[in-house]
Amino acid sequence: MIQARMIQEWKTLAGTPIPEVAGRLSVALAPDCARFSLRVRPDDRAALDAPLGIALPDRIGGVAVGAGGHALCLGPDEWSLLLPAEAAAGLGERLGAAVTVPFSLVDVGHREVGIAVSGPAATLALSSLCALDLDAMPAGSATRTILDRAQAVLIKHDAEQYRIEVWQSFADHVWTLLEVVSREIALDL
Amino acid sequence: MLLITCPYCREARPEVEFAYAGEAHIARPADPSAVGDAAWRDHLYIRSNTRGLHRERWRHVNGCGRFFNAVRDTVTDKFAATYKAGAPCPIDFAREGAER
Ligand SMILES: [Zn+2]
Repeated sequence: MIQARMIQEWKTLAGTPIPEVAGRLSVALAPDCARFSLRVRPDDRAALDAPLGIALPDRIGGVAVGAGGHALCLGPDEWSLLLPAEAAAGLGERLGAAVTVPFSLVDVGHREVGIAVSGPAATLALSSLCALDLDAMPAGSATRTILDRAQAVLIKHDAEQYRIEVWQSFADHVWTLLEVVSREIALDL
Repeated sequence: MLLITCPYCREARPEVEFAYAGEAHIARPADPSAVGDAAWRDHLYIRSNTRGLHRERWRHVNGCGRFFNAVRDTVTDKFAATYKAGAPCPIDFAREGAER
């Protein structure tokens, strides 16, 4: 635990903030949260809704809000949970006691960094790293994709609010690209 | 950029999210030690190398993570169909006049 914490502090991007482009684009570290990878058979999914306090979305790309956080459906039997630290404490034990269906819950809290990208130019900025049609991506959806060459999960809250969840080891790369894009948008290139 | 429709995500997604995974519908012998050397070699290494419609596996590795099957024309690179792993191929190859 202590070691994991040190790694996270060492890899933090807080030391190299990206200047805000007034009224157009803001790139900042998202508040840290607990993260879990949840795997369960689609037919058994509903059994977890009540103990989790979130109705797990049944469609790939779906995002559900609950328990102070988010549940993202990333694959047919795969969900990612982003929860406040207090909601996450003892989650595995509570789920294990409440349900009888087989499931797997893995704490991946230290694996990723959250980056909030917001403002009217957010879609433009992300489109420079991402091959998806972000204008067509529905608000309130999430997907695993590729940002430049790095795998990441992209959450679109609405047309001007995105969140990137990227592995610690790729975060610096994505952050640096966002810094460059931000400068280009600031200079209206 | 080539768009590939993932049968699990039910969406056309950019090619960079996918990984190619070889020819599809190749059944592993149930008891490998019972097949002869030549048959085992054919199972492991010999592929159809089709010119035209080819049934192949793909994985949506940077998306939902699932393996699925596709029918792609190896001449034009056009995808004729994609379907879930385990599902029958939706294209009748005998009628299409393909080699397999
Ligand atoms: Zn997919």
